[in-house]
Amino acid sequence: MTHATLDQIAYARSGDKGEGSNVGVIARSEAAYRFLRDALTEEVVQEHFKGINHGGVRRFEAPNMGVLNFLLEDSLGGGGSASLKTDAQGKTHGLALLRMEMDIPDEVLQSVER
Amino acid sequence: MKSKDKVLIANGQGFWGDSILGPVRLIEEGPLDYLTLDYLAEVTMSIMQKLKTRDPSKGYATDFVTLLDRVLPKAMEKGVKIVANAGGVNPMACKDAVLEVVRKHGLEGVKVAVVEGDDILDELDGLMGGGEAFTNMDTGEPLAPVRDNVTSANVYLGAFPIAEALNQGADIVITGRGTDPGLVIGPLIHEFGWTEADLDQLAAGTVAGHILECGAQCTGGNYTDWKSIENMAMIGYPIVEACPDGTFTVTKHEGTGGRVSRDTVVHQLSYEMGDPANYITPDVVADFTSFHIDDEGNDRVRISGVKGAPATPTYKVSMSFQDGWKSVGQLTISGPDALAKARLASEIVWDRLKYDGFEYAAEERLVEFVGANVCHEGVAVPGSDEPSEVVLRLGVKGPDRAKVNRFGSELVPLVTSGPPGVTGFAGGRPKATEIIGYWPALLDKTKVSSTVSVHELQPGGPS
Repeated sequence: MTHATLDQIAYARSGDKGEGSNVGVIARSEAAYRFLRDALTEEVVQEHFKGINHGGVRRFEAPNMGVLNFLLEDSLGGGGSASLKTDAQGKTHGLALLRMEMDIPDEVLQSVER
Repeated sequence: MKSKDKVLIANGQGFWGDSILGPVRLIEEGPLDYLTLDYLAEVTMSIMQKLKTRDPSKGYATDFVTLLDRVLPKAMEKGVKIVANAGGVNPMACKDAVLEVVRKHGLEGVKVAVVEGDDILDELDGLMGGGEAFTNMDTGEPLAPVRDNVTSANVYLGAFPIAEALNQGADIVITGRGTDPGLVIGPLIHEFGWTEADLDQLAAGTVAGHILECGAQCTGGNYTDWKSIENMAMIGYPIVEACPDGTFTVTKHEGTGGRVSRDTVVHQLSYEMGDPANYITPDVVADFTSFHIDDEGNDRVRISGVKGAPATPTYKVSMSFQDGWKSVGQLTISGPDALAKARLASEIVWDRLKYDGFEYAAEERLVEFVGANVCHEGVAVPGSDEPSEVVLRLGVKGPDRAKVNRFGSELVPLVTSGPPGVTGFAGGRPKATEIIGYWPALLDKTKVSSTVSVHELQPGGPS
């Protein structure tokens, strides 16, 4: 196990989705996808975004793309034009998730070509 | 006409405000059959409706006309057809402006088609009287209480009207509100003769359209490993090479910047995604978990095996409504102690407003210290506790325009009556601007009819 940030084994892209945002986490390898499917739960993501998201978190899986898609249901301060926030569209939420620190198995880290 | 075995479709505009260089270079730098352009967002329709109310000849994306003035001769010479949702809430006025460009360049014979029927603002009361509640898809609330504040109401039309316009020989197709992927699916239906029953092909077109719809976001723009992307300044906008069976390859013109790889494409596939197994459009329900992705190298990614399910009986309706007022302003505060001084400055503003009788509830005001981890609030970020300078960003919102405006005059006094190091105030006092609320709903497809008309330059004036 190595203590590292999520960006070592995943990419991310985020954007607005009504009054919330979606964060697509893209595994950098199949081993990373299998690890993240178990480790990156709705609960873990909910806790990570507690300063940003004031609603629930839902997760969807797309194994063909190596993607775990998270919906943060109330993360934009009102959404659309009602938000006063700098990041009113959740464009930076993907990078926020990639800052997450976790214990990653060495074989998962090694499975990623960097 | 349905004989091609491969069609090249590009998208040169991801949103209203995207660079004009994307479409200009797509026309100039390589082979292309169709150029699609996406100008509309939810808020855009409301802004256009307001412009049209003031001037009946406005209410469409004028950027489109500016672009055509620059590329139309070359596009027609190369035989590139153009499909754009630039019509906004006034596609006929857009058509008139486009025909003026046709006249200016002496390109008689260019056929300009208009797709209408998406705008239901004038029919809203009749539909509500007939029993349509237009229940908000997000909140479950009925529309009636905010009906009088509605400023635009448009159905997301599908791809078949666009295909019909092309079947009638259009060189340029102008639509109002439709789905973004529809701009790509329409030409594919036209070229390959797909029908409503070709669900897997329509789903494949939907996936292709989703990949293209944000322009350079699938060719290395907004990409996690940004340091690895070469020549971002001259980034290539995306092109899909589509086949009649629905398989397609994402690529870009040779020699352009950026990259098309499995990872850049999957980045865009993840964008604004809900449930990937049920991506709903008016034409088909596409399954984004069904397909195979093959990175063939040399900026080519092939997608095959997309599955689709029958469309739902409803259209999505996008409505906007007047939802109060807001005002935001900012100052720059230098160190030493930038963050502490910014905190003090924000408290001073609220205290002075309170003294004058203006109190804003917690949910009606915003305080941000830009530079001290605003975007990733609550996530540990090294160095954000003592930045060398911060931007203090304050804002308020609410239903009372005068109260929202009062806030704006308490920012600049901080320069002389707050802590030292306050600067960077520019652009005058922040003023109240309208908040445009978004109201998504569903409407039975039988309540909506779309129309297609084709126009040509007539001697003496636009048709």
